[in-house]
Amino acid sequence: MAITEERPVLELTTGAEPEPEPLGVFARPVSTKGWRSWLTTIDHKRIGIMYGVSAMAFFAIGGLEALIIRAQLAQPNGQVVDEQTYNEIFTMHGTTMVFLVIMPMLAAFANYLIPLQIGARDVAFPRLNAFSFWCFILGGLFLYSSFLLGGAPDGGWFAYAPNTLTEFTSSHGMDFWAIGLQITGIASLVGAINLIVTALNMRAPGMTLLRMPIFTWMALVAQFLLLFAIPVITVALFLLTFDRRFDANFFNVDAGADPLLWQHLFWIFGHPEVYILVLPAFGIVSEVIPVFARKPLFGYPFMVFSGVAIGFMGWGVWAHHMFASGIGPVSVAAFSLSTMFIAVPTGVKIFNWIGTLWGGRLRFTTAMCFAVALVSQFTIGGLSGVTHAVSPADTQQTDTYYIVAHFHYVLFGGSMFGIFAGLYYWFPKAFGRLLDERIGKIHFALMLIGFNLAFFPMHVLGLQGMPRRQATYAEGMGWDLNNLLASIGAFVIALSFLVFVYNVVRSRNNVTADPDPWDARTLEWATSSPPPVHNFDVEPTVTHLDEWWHRKYAEDEEGRLHRRTDVQLLAGEGAGEAGDIHLPSPSYWPLVVAVALPTIGYGVVYSYWLCGVGAFILLGGIYGWSLEPSVDPGGAHGHELEPGPEPEPTDELATAPEASADEPAESEAAAEAEAVPAGAGSGPSASAASGEEGQA
Amino acid sequence: MSTTAAPHVGHDEVVEPAPPHAAHHTSTGLSNEKLAMWVFLGSECLLFGALISTFLLYRNRPVLNGPSVAELYDIPFTSVSSFVLLMSSLTMVLALSATQRGDATRSRIWLLTTALLGSSFVAGQVYEFTTFVREGFGFTTNLQSSSFYVLTGFHGAHVTIGILILLSLVVMSVRGALPAARAETVEIAGLYWHFVDVVWIVIFTVVYLIR
Repeated sequence: MAITEERPVLELTTGAEPEPEPLGVFARPVSTKGWRSWLTTIDHKRIGIMYGVSAMAFFAIGGLEALIIRAQLAQPNGQVVDEQTYNEIFTMHGTTMVFLVIMPMLAAFANYLIPLQIGARDVAFPRLNAFSFWCFILGGLFLYSSFLLGGAPDGGWFAYAPNTLTEFTSSHGMDFWAIGLQITGIASLVGAINLIVTALNMRAPGMTLLRMPIFTWMALVAQFLLLFAIPVITVALFLLTFDRRFDANFFNVDAGADPLLWQHLFWIFGHPEVYILVLPAFGIVSEVIPVFARKPLFGYPFMVFSGVAIGFMGWGVWAHHMFASGIGPVSVAAFSLSTMFIAVPTGVKIFNWIGTLWGGRLRFTTAMCFAVALVSQFTIGGLSGVTHAVSPADTQQTDTYYIVAHFHYVLFGGSMFGIFAGLYYWFPKAFGRLLDERIGKIHFALMLIGFNLAFFPMHVLGLQGMPRRQATYAEGMGWDLNNLLASIGAFVIALSFLVFVYNVVRSRNNVTADPDPWDARTLEWATSSPPPVHNFDVEPTVTHLDEWWHRKYAEDEEGRLHRRTDVQLLAGEGAGEAGDIHLPSPSYWPLVVAVALPTIGYGVVYSYWLCGVGAFILLGGIYGWSLEPSVDPGGAHGHELEPGPEPEPTDELATAPEASADEPAESEAAAEAEAVPAGAGSGPSASAASGEEGQA
Repeated sequence: MSTTAAPHVGHDEVVEPAPPHAAHHTSTGLSNEKLAMWVFLGSECLLFGALISTFLLYRNRPVLNGPSVAELYDIPFTSVSSFVLLMSSLTMVLALSATQRGDATRSRIWLLTTALLGSSFVAGQVYEFTTFVREGFGFTTNLQSSSFYVLTGFHGAHVTIGILILLSLVVMSVRGALPAARAETVEIAGLYWHFVDVVWIVIFTVVYLIR
């Protein structure tokens, strides 16, 4: 099929289906296999996998940068790299790990899991989802192309202006930084809108907000934070770009500019960003711990609302990054207090995890080990965080390795451990293979030891006064031993990552067809491993929190737990016919539109005519996208096609199980009820949203 | 919304039948597209919030070079162009109403009028910018000039995008792709348009009127 110029899929009131007229820019992609299908896919699961794989590649690159830093600092007067290279390496290490590893890794989990956990067939806007991914990867590559084009960014991941103006860093590095992050910011913003609409709007019948799995909740809070934080950094990056490229005066102190403007804008984004990085990881361990403790999550509503509370309070603490900048005693006192307060909902979470573990039948799988490690290591990071809230102490700690120790404990010990817990936990779901537990334990042990070896000594170094961001240090400062230990630890972490990679590669010998290897609790385990393109053959109707658990287990009269004999999967064997599922078709347009952005970016840096080319691609791409129906009317209508935004068949069978509108789903109606075939195709299903992009 | 779609029975959340053009129901009852636009506009608030804050930060700083922006304002002129922009919100609503009634001709007329009013506003802004530049208030002149042009320029860019959307809608309407059943497309474009107008009210008040 070729591109069509109208929206022929929707049924008009006349009942007529207008005939599409092909415009014929691209042939509509049809393949579902081979590398080309990955370029055009709009399946949230494949996009999630692409996010994960690219983020892991960037993790390897960011890790190599960390190794260079630690090699340089292993001994006094290090000679591995010169000062300029050192600046570039630590800038790119931080930028990579925050924007190109943890954020996309959590986007990977959110993309893959939110639709599965809420019983939807795809995200709300599948093509926008693909667009987000391409923006992220192209933004990352744009940023890294600076290494080949005359120098990487060298102003730190926080890029404090006026320090990053052209008079202080004359290479194009910071231009690449500002524009590259602008592009990945578009990825995050579009992704946030998409996932918010998905989670709010596409829940299966009966999936009330307080029955949503906790990971979905925490990811949702993080998407709201992204939604409101990204525009602030967008403005900051624009102002920086205007100053650097067009001689504006926003940070030009000679023109009377305020050097604190950047710090405020950056940290109003930057502190919510911290919670964007850690809340989904909290969500992951909140899924993992109950499964391996064989208990429901202790205090689920408290977990939800403490996450929401963190989301709100995260907006009121940004100036604790600026205690040493002279913002005045009132501000310092206010932000000290708010920073101490935000430890409260975080503490609620810690205690709820402990409460979940308490008295549980614990199974220490690798995923569980990482989850428990998050609880303990993040607590250490949280405690050192509270010491920063005490502003007199913070004034002492600012710009020392104590800060470096703190944020590695929360971002590595928090986010990354959560991510690895999630990888071990959901790997069999995504790939139908198990990661080896024995090798996994080796990975875990090495990573835990290496992590503490690398970052704990930094607390001491910081309190001894060793400053951050210095390429070398002199002998005789008393810093030699701890630096050596930290460097050894960094290499142990690298080794543990190699073990992980080996485990992933080796997993191809470890195929499992078990859709539910952990005896888990949420809906993604009720479908096959890996799930079919359309996720569920039958649309689930949800009656409980931890729906899948309640479908598997019941209590007898004496309150003893027993496994039901009639457990029914929602996809795969014995699930019933999937019927006629309309899913949106693959598309080239998201990639085309995304390619326009780095083109414009190179134009801004080098030559404005490239901006024109980029704008042309952008505009053409947007119109091509709008005119392409999201469901290819000529495509097949079966399983083998593609996921749909809202493909609930219109026939009543699918949406009318026993529970009726007045009988809310708390009814004890056992959930097997809805094993009603979803729609032996009475009528074309919905029509995917072709208006998905036209208005923006 | 009319109720020609098959009613959905099922569970406690979805009680309203879906609008006819969306042959599916959603958990909130809002269509995905409309909800996405609302969410996006929430994000836009922060974008303009940050820009306005930047302008306010620099408004009262000493001007080291060139004129200050307050000396240049032509309040009567800007009031007229603001009025033009506000009137475009009215025509936008009329366009939506006509589309919902299936009156394609009026719908096109009002959409075009809205686009025209928006264009007049942008033209006024271009005129204002050129006048300011001629009076020595260039983009790089001083703190105020940078922040003034970036703030109002971002708003002007939003209006321009809105005009492109409106013109696309007119083309859609001409091709018969905008029947009453799809009036929501106009409604969503209208949400964006009204938002851009509301932002101008804030900018006009804060930037031009309050000194």
